[in-house]
Amino acid sequence: MSSYLARVYVTPKRSVRDPEGSTVGEALRQLGFDSLQAVRAGKYFELSLEAGTSGEADGAVERMCRQLLANPVIEDFRFELQVEASSE
Amino acid sequence: MSAIPRPLTGARVGVVVFPGTNCDRDTVAAVEACGGRAEAIWHGDAASLERWDAIILPGGFAHGDALRAGAIARFSPVMARVIEFAHAGRPVLGICNGFQVLLECGLLPGAMLRNDSLQFRAGWVHCRVEAASLFTPLEAVGSVLRLPIAHGEGNYVPAPDDAPTVILRYCDAAGQISAAANPNGSAQGIAGIARGSVLGLMPHPERACDPLLGSTDGQLLFRSLLRALVEA
Repeated sequence: MSSYLARVYVTPKRSVRDPEGSTVGEALRQLGFDSLQAVRAGKYFELSLEAGTSGEADGAVERMCRQLLANPVIEDFRFELQVEASSE
Repeated sequence: MSAIPRPLTGARVGVVVFPGTNCDRDTVAAVEACGGRAEAIWHGDAASLERWDAIILPGGFAHGDALRAGAIARFSPVMARVIEFAHAGRPVLGICNGFQVLLECGLLPGAMLRNDSLQFRAGWVHCRVEAASLFTPLEAVGSVLRLPIAHGEGNYVPAPDDAPTVILRYCDAAGQISAAANPNGSAQGIAGIARGSVLGLMPHPERACDPLLGSTDGQLLFRSLLRALVEA
């Protein structure tokens, strides 16, 4: 078994309005950041898990995203997986 | 909506309580004021719902709205039974947080975003009845209800290629739909949708069932449901 760290990013779909991102973008423009084009606000998760192989870990994180972490109507997700420690 | 029809006794309504639900007692009281019988059901209870004629998911903040409103509550043991109940064509009503749970569990299509103002909105709104349902009789279509809202995530987004039946839209006192009358940025001013025997709405009809509270328009939904149950 190995320990893995998954970094999960959940973001609003491009086709969906993002009230939080637009408000943050407006605030940044008011602060004088004229170069800013757009802001999309999402969620970030760090998941620590144990799995036999990286394929197993990848599958488990994918299922966690699909079942709970992201709502497929309004959100997309992606993640990065990293081995933290191997035992045996 | 103050005319009181014949007693609607006999119908039994189960009101689901999740950790963080806070409108369950008001909902029980509203059903009973309209002539039904209602009792709370704990969310961890996976027992059959056969003894109930209708199920209501009331408002509140189930599981503190962690992750997304309704996202955790949809996996409560009782929800598998609620989904079976709905699939059997029996009435399920989701109010505010209960509506959000119905969206998350897929009994209704679409999802909620944060209000476009990013602010929690609490106050009175007007809603126009757009279509007949178990909860809105045909003769009420086109009428305007005055109901309270209290939510931070009521900005409805339809699912692609899965348009719901719109039952309520935010409007002004005269029944006109406009951006100014929309409290949260919801698509097409949608305040409530239905699919089959399932209805979800953001306003709180249970808080508008007693003249002391400023409106009795909420009785329309409960009386319509109870009448349908008694006549069934």
